[in-house]
Amino acid sequence: MELLVASSIGLLTAGGVYLILRLRTFPVIVGLSLLSYAVNLFIFASGRLAIGLPPIWSKTAEGYSDPLVQALVLTAIVISFGMTAVIVMLGLGAYLEAGDDRIDMEPSSPADDSGEDRA
Amino acid sequence: MSPALIAALPFLGALLPGLMIRAGRDACALSAAFFTGLALLMLGLDAPAVLRGEVIETRIDWLPQIGLNANFRLDGLGLLFAGLILGIGLLIILYARFYLSKSDPMGQFFTYLMLFQGAMVGIVLSDNILLLLVFWELTSLSSFLLIGYWKHLPEGRQGARMALTVTGLGGLSMIAGMLILGQIAGSYDIGVILTQKAAIQSSPLYIPALLLILLGCFTKSAQFPFHFWLPRAMAAPTPVSAYLHSATMVKAGIFLMARLWPVLAGTEAWFYLVGTAGLVTLLVGAKIALFKDDLKALLAYSTVSHLGLITMLLGFGTVEAATVAVFHILNHASFKAALFMTAGIIDHEAHTRNIRRLGGLRHLMPVTFVIGTIGALAMAGIPPLNGFLSKEMMLEETTHAVWAGQAWLVPLLATIGALLSAAYSYRFIAHVFLGPVRDDYPHKPHDPDFGFWAAPALLCAVALIGGLAPMALFGWIVDAGASAVTGEAVHVHLKLWHGVTPALWMSIIALAGGLLVLAGFAPLDRLWLASPKPDAKRLFDAVVGGARAGAARLTDGLHDGALTRAFAIGIVAMLAAGIWAFTGGGHAPGSRSLTAAGPVPAMGWLLLVSATLALLVLHRNRLLALLLLGIVGLVVAVSFAYLSAPDLALTQISVEVVTIILLLLALNFLPKETPRESSPGRRGRDAVLAGAVGLAVGALAYALMTRDFAFPSIAAFHIDNAKPGGGGTNIVNVILVDFRGYDTYGELTVLGIAALVIHALAEALLRGGAANDRLLAWKPEAPEAGDRHPMMLVVVTRILLPLILMVGVFIFLRGHNQPGGGFVAGLVIAIGLVMQYMASGFGWAAARMKVDFHILIALGILIATATGVGAWFNGLPFLTSAYGYVHLPPLEEFELATAALFDLGVFLAVLGAVMLALASISRLAVRAGETTNARPFDIDPSDGRG
Repeated sequence: MELLVASSIGLLTAGGVYLILRLRTFPVIVGLSLLSYAVNLFIFASGRLAIGLPPIWSKTAEGYSDPLVQALVLTAIVISFGMTAVIVMLGLGAYLEAGDDRIDMEPSSPADDSGEDRA
Repeated sequence: MSPALIAALPFLGALLPGLMIRAGRDACALSAAFFTGLALLMLGLDAPAVLRGEVIETRIDWLPQIGLNANFRLDGLGLLFAGLILGIGLLIILYARFYLSKSDPMGQFFTYLMLFQGAMVGIVLSDNILLLLVFWELTSLSSFLLIGYWKHLPEGRQGARMALTVTGLGGLSMIAGMLILGQIAGSYDIGVILTQKAAIQSSPLYIPALLLILLGCFTKSAQFPFHFWLPRAMAAPTPVSAYLHSATMVKAGIFLMARLWPVLAGTEAWFYLVGTAGLVTLLVGAKIALFKDDLKALLAYSTVSHLGLITMLLGFGTVEAATVAVFHILNHASFKAALFMTAGIIDHEAHTRNIRRLGGLRHLMPVTFVIGTIGALAMAGIPPLNGFLSKEMMLEETTHAVWAGQAWLVPLLATIGALLSAAYSYRFIAHVFLGPVRDDYPHKPHDPDFGFWAAPALLCAVALIGGLAPMALFGWIVDAGASAVTGEAVHVHLKLWHGVTPALWMSIIALAGGLLVLAGFAPLDRLWLASPKPDAKRLFDAVVGGARAGAARLTDGLHDGALTRAFAIGIVAMLAAGIWAFTGGGHAPGSRSLTAAGPVPAMGWLLLVSATLALLVLHRNRLLALLLLGIVGLVVAVSFAYLSAPDLALTQISVEVVTIILLLLALNFLPKETPRESSPGRRGRDAVLAGAVGLAVGALAYALMTRDFAFPSIAAFHIDNAKPGGGGTNIVNVILVDFRGYDTYGELTVLGIAALVIHALAEALLRGGAANDRLLAWKPEAPEAGDRHPMMLVVVTRILLPLILMVGVFIFLRGHNQPGGGFVAGLVIAIGLVMQYMASGFGWAAARMKVDFHILIALGILIATATGVGAWFNGLPFLTSAYGYVHLPPLEEFELATAALFDLGVFLAVLGAVMLALASISRLAVRAGETTNARPFDIDPSDGRG
């Protein structure tokens, strides 16, 4: 099981990294979503895996799955939605303003302002 | 009075001038003078106790964990300096009132001045060296504002920048030095450090600490070779120069050397570093001052020279020399402030301060002549003025100083310094006031009003009386200051006549030699003009320019505006850090027993892997990419359920739905295909990078999961206390709304802000502009379906809505004890509502949605806040929860917890945020020509055409 989860985390991370290195906004957003999955799974896995254990307190329970990482990941899932929504809107706005969804600006021309006072 | 209050008063006073300027320039100056005077009065009330030898302290814990406390102490040295700063500050305020013209923003000036004054008083009254550093940096910042006060003058801006750079860099090195000193002494309190002389001087870190601290002091006090910033700072208005460069800013370095004198001084390193730097500065400053034609530049270099003198005296490391240093601090402040003010008056009246264009002013400005002459004679060290006393005592001390075995060296050089000092003082009098009256002044000068010359006149009176009756005027304060500096009870005997001593002969040589130099000034000046001079400004600009160019190259190389490049560099850096950590650690396999995996997880894994791989291959088809992303998300949700995390599964699956809807809405406007742009080489590079990162993260996850916790997990605490402490059995929910309620509260706020940002972005796009034009001209790429709101979808979603609402309420209510809670409930209900928008159209659904989503967000956060605040009324910290059991027949006994109310806030905020985000994007669609349908169906089944 550990191997399956670890390989999934690795694959999702690799996919996310590959996609955020693309040149258009949409694949970058998709890549960030993949990275969110990977990170959430990673945090979750740091509580170690448990199958068939309750996170619900009861008198008869013999063990529990780690509730702390679950609480952390739960908020992380919701926040990653908020983040995705904001960057989707940014990407959309950039596309509508500029007419294309390229992610890179033209390289800036350096050293045209010397910063010194020109008296 | 508490020293903390004295230090706080100028800062309070800084608030007023900006407001009072509306009531006029007098009111503005008075408001600044009032607070300065009040602080001075409080200091005066404390003075008798301090003079008796008491140390008045205020101790306020600020960050005791790191040793940073707002501890203030008022002893003899603090009294002397605070008195100087506040007393001369008061005179400067009076003088500046008349100096500044109507076009200068006086409110700003006095605000900066009071800020600076507060920072200076803070330095001299701090008992904690970390607090002292805070004030030290504040003086650098506020003096930057003061020096650059005339923003329209490029010299002012450059001078201010240079002063800030030099003193700021010195300040940085001083921070390091102070931290080392505090570490050696085991405390950051000056009171404690001063008792640790033996420990500090025997420590191997003594030399590094000394060097770093001295670097800070030397830059601040303009000691050679850092003296070049001070003359450039003369572009400031004259009141600023008079204040900063006579009594305050440049004395801060001196003050610190005096403050730490008991523990740092007395070693050979101290003598050679401080004594030599002071001696060289004394000579270099005096030589340059002699040849300066700008009155203020002459005074600036003479200040450099006199600071060198004081530094040298402190460097000698003897109690007697330190006492003379304290005495000269007072004398120099009095005559130098008067001379700067005189230069300001001349500049103000004659419209020039170039010595070559002046002369003969004694007939035109008799009052200024008297003031300037007394000041200059005091500077030259002519009896019976106070400058004579301290200069003679200084020369006396030099006769005891042996430099590298040479007893004659220091006295000789000091005499030359005194000679040059006398010469430029004579020149100040002779070339400005004496000589024939000219007729080519830029402006016909005459004496100004009383208010303008009152301040320098008073200072000259001090210089005169201080010379005639030194014990009455200065004796007591010098005793107190020198005792505080040296840590020994000092009783000085200040008198004009010491008998025929070597110092008297040296003094006579200096005064007579000064006259000779003045007589031969013309040829000397030609020699000076012909000699090459290193231009500090050019050097400074070269260094700064080099640093700028280097920084620009580095920044442009790392970040040229291409996001992908920045990402790639960041990823490589992280990878490198990971590899470095990996090679440094052990690689033994984990010992934790593995969890068995059956066929079901294997199938899920296969699904996830194939969907991810397919996504990577097919990502150019964006709609397909979304579908595949959805599959990945669903598998993740199911794995959460399988791995005993039902809450996560519920949240993930509902967030997944909302996210995909959001992306679909956005994709409506974006191109449907991603073009193939990057070269195969680049794709290969990215694939290698991605593969390496994936491998690393996967291996890390595996290594983590196959090991037991290195430390006992705090999860056990939460499990044990969820029911008895939080009153709920769903531990995850109790953590969210109770144990870590503050985190959740912050998260709600962030989510609400994110939704508002999206709303604001949509608003900005819909305002006139390129985006709006594009939206108005927008044409769908594919032909639209004739049936945009299919009847079957509409009917099903309507029937589902009440069911979904009920499910949402159910999930919300059970959340404290069973999987569910506010987060999931909010998402579920949002999905139910969004379904209506999708099925029946935005316009139709929006018209029926009576609740404003902004209000939902606000209400949610307010309810959560109110729940938290409620705890205060029970005397408990913010967000402490309470619960109890209620029995209402005929219902079963049930539990009521304030945490449930908090969860309601979570629910409302999540619902509002999700809906606002989706609705904002939908509004773009309406602008792009999506018609608002009045009826729920595109095709009305009742008209028979369906």
